Amino acid sequence: MRSGSTAAACAALVRRDLTLVWRRRGDAANPILFALIVVALFPLALGPEPEQLRRIAAGVVFVAILLAGLLALDTLFRSDYEDGSLEQLVLSPHPLSLLLACKIAVHWFTTALPLIIVSPLLGELLHLAEPLRGLLPLALLLATPLLSLLGAVCVALTVGMYRSGMLLALLVLPLYVPVLIFGAGACNAAQAGLPFAAPLLWLGAALVLALVLAPLACAAALRISLS
Amino acid sequence: MPHTAPASVELRDRPALLEARGLAYARNDEPVFGPLDFTLHPGEVVLVEGDNGAGKTTLLRLLSGLLAPTSGEIRLAGEPLTLARLSPQVALLSHANGLKPELTAIENLRFAAGLLGLRSGLSPTTVLAGVGLAGYDDVPTRKLSAGQKKRVALARVLLAPVGLWLLDEPYANLDRDGIQLVNRLLENHANRGGAALITSHGAYAYTSGTPRRIPLRADANRSDA
Repeated sequence: MRSGSTAAACAALVRRDLTLVWRRRGDAANPILFALIVVALFPLALGPEPEQLRRIAAGVVFVAILLAGLLALDTLFRSDYEDGSLEQLVLSPHPLSLLLACKIAVHWFTTALPLIIVSPLLGELLHLAEPLRGLLPLALLLATPLLSLLGAVCVALTVGMYRSGMLLALLVLPLYVPVLIFGAGACNAAQAGLPFAAPLLWLGAALVLALVLAPLACAAALRISLS
Repeated sequence: MPHTAPASVELRDRPALLEARGLAYARNDEPVFGPLDFTLHPGEVVLVEGDNGAGKTTLLRLLSGLLAPTSGEIRLAGEPLTLARLSPQVALLSHANGLKPELTAIENLRFAAGLLGLRSGLSPTTVLAGVGLAGYDDVPTRKLSAGQKKRVALARVLLAPVGLWLLDEPYANLDRDGIQLVNRLLENHANRGGAALITSHGAYAYTSGTPRRIPLRADANRSDA
């Protein structure tokens, strides 16, 4: 008898989750479509003046991507909870927090990364200012993993509840607001010609902290949800 | 036969794999079952019997460390039960099969093997054939019948290199052959020194040997649990 190594378990989990995303690839496009629709509606509502759109571009893209991520958040543990896979994860001999970190990483990779990749296009729809073309994806690269990690803790807390969507949004929003303020704040500062490194560094620091702590909190929350 | 398990001298010498003392569980102050005392030794198959709502599933979740008992304690090889100590030794079959409908039977088993490890000498393919699903390797699990899904879930239990099986209604949805299969698997497991605790509402009980029974009475709680 032998127990597999933790690395093998993580690899198996990552492979399985990627396969599942591929098999449900229709659903995987939902966040992109959502963000695209939100961003495309703004010029229709506000009028096509480039100056006006340029002023709000970074903020709108940020909010659209944040909301698209919120939309995809519930899928993180939902199906695993319903089909009993989550129990198997909890009962596996490997550290639950590490396995969950893998799950969160795959979730970020398949929901947030595509959004970051299309973010220049979203910015272009709103005449994003020239100096922000590089900065916006960079800010998103720091902000979205943070959103995924914070969101995962809240999903873990609510996954055992029936129809937890509203509660999840209420739990998550206060945690998302600072991320939005720093992320969009960096873009706004850059647009105004002000130094923008500080908010980005704050995001980076928070990300490092969340990378360490969120999987642990997530594991504790899931154990509560399963009991 | 080791799994007939009378309280013999031989058994008292070995430490019990699982031991429950005064185990009771209450949901919202309403008692579900208990207090319950029992032991499970290596080589034993113990059957938990009870009506619907008697708390069989709850008992299994307590023993698998997913739930904390209201009172009493569970000991694993003489030490208090914790998930960290239990998880390398236990395989759980619960009502939710833990199978991904989008993945094929063999993909589900490969994932389980990666996550829980692989009993030496077994591979996902041989185990799948062993539960009577040879040739179903590449069929998505969602296209399998309820009984076939149960067989894949049993294959997952069989794969894991563990000594303790906690099986919740392993006979549910299975045909006559499937019931024989479960009995055979349990017998083999007991013969190689493994232990199993299975639940049944009584319709299809473990038939080989006379397993020890733990009756669960829901006397204290007539409402649906």
